[in-house]
Amino acid sequence: MSQAPAAGRLAHRRSRHIRERIIELVLLSSALVAVATTIGIVFILVKESISFFSQVSIVDFLTDRQWTPLFSDPHFGIWVLLSGTLTSSAIALSVAIPVGTILAIYLSEFASARMRETAKPILELLAGIPTIVFGYFALFFVTPLLKKIYPELPGFNLLSAGLVMGVMIVPYISSIAEDAMRAVPMSLREGAFAMGATRLQVALNVVVPAAFSGLAAAYILGISRAVGETMIVAVAAGMQPNFTFNPTEQAATITAYIVQVAKGDLPHGSVGYQTIFAAGLTLFLLTLVFNLLGYYLRKRFREEY
Amino acid sequence: MAVSDSLRATISRAKRNDLIFVALGIAALLFAASTFVALFLDMVGDGLSRLNPSFFTEFASRRAERAGILAAWVGTFAVMLVTALVAVPIGVASGIYLEEYAPKNKLTALIEININNLAGVPSIVYGLLALGLFVHTFGLGASVQTAGLTLALLILPVVIVATREAIRAVPGSIREAAYALGATRWQMVSDHVLPYSMPGILTGVIIGLSRAIGETAPIVTIGAVTFIAFLPPSPVTSSPPFLSFDWLASPFTAMPIQIFNWTSRPEEAFQANASAAALVLVVMTLLMNAIAIWLRYRLRRNLNW
Repeated sequence: MSQAPAAGRLAHRRSRHIRERIIELVLLSSALVAVATTIGIVFILVKESISFFSQVSIVDFLTDRQWTPLFSDPHFGIWVLLSGTLTSSAIALSVAIPVGTILAIYLSEFASARMRETAKPILELLAGIPTIVFGYFALFFVTPLLKKIYPELPGFNLLSAGLVMGVMIVPYISSIAEDAMRAVPMSLREGAFAMGATRLQVALNVVVPAAFSGLAAAYILGISRAVGETMIVAVAAGMQPNFTFNPTEQAATITAYIVQVAKGDLPHGSVGYQTIFAAGLTLFLLTLVFNLLGYYLRKRFREEY
Repeated sequence: MAVSDSLRATISRAKRNDLIFVALGIAALLFAASTFVALFLDMVGDGLSRLNPSFFTEFASRRAERAGILAAWVGTFAVMLVTALVAVPIGVASGIYLEEYAPKNKLTALIEININNLAGVPSIVYGLLALGLFVHTFGLGASVQTAGLTLALLILPVVIVATREAIRAVPGSIREAAYALGATRWQMVSDHVLPYSMPGILTGVIIGLSRAIGETAPIVTIGAVTFIAFLPPSPVTSSPPFLSFDWLASPFTAMPIQIFNWTSRPEEAFQANASAAALVLVVMTLLMNAIAIWLRYRLRRNLNW
């Protein structure tokens, strides 16, 4: 063999190697976009919140019972907005958790394969409906319906927003919960059936306890969803800050407040502009805790069996 | 005999409980399905009369009966184009990196935790990120490009997770065969793994885009204008170089914003417009979801490694 082709092959291999390294670096930098996004979110929220808290004390922020940032006598009590968020979320979860759990148990333990094949796409379609449309539905369909039962209900109220939000979260909870229950090994069920247990007994006494961390993850991620939901409450619950836990009143949630302020034209750098970042930081921290907890629980049920 | 009687009673009670639970499960399913039907019928009832060709070719107007969604659907289309062009390459590249390249180390773990957390961050927080970073730091304005980038970051986790699942489903033997023939890692990925996982990735991309198309909160937050009576400049021009990217920096409105705007009006005539626009938006998202579900169904049937 002559030397030239060998050297050529060597050069070819080297260029191939360099090309491979470049591709790997490009792929890695794409993956780092996710990290950069988180850093960007934290940076922006913290930066604007720092200038906000240099003018408003944290103690006032956490204890004041009024939220009137745009008045001449401004008050910044985040609990006013939190009360709306917590009330609407509680209503939503009181619908979504029972319905979602029953649905998940039914689909995982009782339904025939054909039933499941029909039901799951329906649930997915329900999950795919834009939240602004749900908001429209809450304001113009559910509220008038509720008014027939309870005539004093105001046009904007936390109740109808919460109920519709609950329906929106049902598919989300049921799909995670069903995943968790299907991950329970068949042998556990077979053991229980062999002891003479009925389907319901197997479902409630064997499958549900075994899938418990997955169910907990589903609920926690559902809570995080409800707390962060924006358009339904912005459209149907009104945008007036109101310190209340009464579902028949109107109130602004954290998210609705952000929408309301962002829709107007607040000058960049004003305290009013900074409030939405302080509110956003509160929201982000709240959902972060739920998300990390949910992530940890979900990982656990995946590893259990 | 007494024993067999009590046994029989126990069995019949257990059977009855099973039946009751099945009824509950079906009721939960019907509840979800009937909400879906009610929502759809409500929109059709209120909005169908507004759905004539001029509704699609007219700009928004102060007179409800003359208002249309031209600027909104063109804006949505332009924003979706930017979103797809940004989210698909970055998302697919991240997915490839995490499945085929990533070593098991701290950096990989960090990326994974970030993606998981980002999937749970409320969409309005992305709006705050965009407002602080894209609008005020980078000076991109409340434009098509800002909205497109924001929604791209929002759906990135969906695209990444779908890509990873699709790649994971490709059996290792395919990779080994490619390596055995002397392929480099990238040749193996681009010539074998990617083509096989393409339908799965496509499903994820469509689901991600169908989520982005209905997102309202982030684009309201960046300050998208609600009343727009012009279209972004055309991407094709009559003079060389015949291509213009001015549309990227153009102000815009989008379908969900238009719906939100009309929902906030007190006049009933605008409510009909809102429901007609909502109907159009829901049909768009349902179509996208249906395509994704169908793709996945076909995919599952045709796969037998």
